[in-house]
Amino acid sequence: MLPFVLFLVITVVGTWGELCLGRAMKETGELERLHPGHAASLLWRALRVKWIWIGVAMMAIAFFSLLLLLSFESVSFVVPVTAVSYLVGAIGGIFFLGERVSPQRWLGILLVCIGVALVVIAKR
Amino acid sequence: MFPAQCQVSSLVYHGLRRTFQALIARMHSRSHLKTYFLIAVMVIAGPIGNLLLAKGMKQIGEVHYWPPSELLPVFIRIFSSLTIWIGIASLIAFVVSFMLALSVADYSYVQPAAALGYFVIAVLGVLVLHEKVSPLHWAGIVVICLGVSFIRGTDPRTTESTN
Repeated sequence: MLPFVLFLVITVVGTWGELCLGRAMKETGELERLHPGHAASLLWRALRVKWIWIGVAMMAIAFFSLLLLLSFESVSFVVPVTAVSYLVGAIGGIFFLGERVSPQRWLGILLVCIGVALVVIAKR
Repeated sequence: MFPAQCQVSSLVYHGLRRTFQALIARMHSRSHLKTYFLIAVMVIAGPIGNLLLAKGMKQIGEVHYWPPSELLPVFIRIFSSLTIWIGIASLIAFVVSFMLALSVADYSYVQPAAALGYFVIAVLGVLVLHEKVSPLHWAGIVVICLGVSFIRGTDPRTTESTN
């Protein structure tokens, strides 16, 4: 039971943490040009958006859950974790950030999932 | 209206329309260029940062956490290593470009596109660490690249900026 809960926490909470960063950046504004000063001021403004800190906290929870899971499970679970996070990311993008994921993008995301799973399996 | 006038106004209309379309296309390609640049920085800086941190920690050698008085010299050794500092700088570059990329493009575009990092990791493994990369590993990388090429064909941003 505990490994399953930790698996859920790592994939869902970890990916959702990144989605919160995405939300914070969307609320802050857009990088209009590739200029270091402009980028720095955008990031500085982003630090004042609550979603950044919620995202960082969620990513930290996911990281420590990963360490905990690694202490009693083998690394084989890394395959589903890394592959599933792309699907969780796309679903979160749609429902949390209001993004439109076209069939072509879905196909690309599925291929990335399969490719990443192959790479992780090959490395074992 | 005289036919000649009609022709001139039609020419002006089409000319203006073409210029406007070209301008829009240019703006779009520029905005895409910005997204591509930021994703490229993520894809290169992330793996390099991890590689340098791993290399730096291996140079430090085995770390003893007990007694606590052992920690201070270890700490000094870690933070006086140039490799580790360059690794930290690379990872900061990764996080910064990730956040900036999220300001110009969708999360569902940036996250899978960043999987191109697996290609960079494999190339670094072959060139720097002289590791062998198995055919299955290369097959996975080819599938990732194929997936990213599909994603690249979609509009990077499907939402409006809220401000």
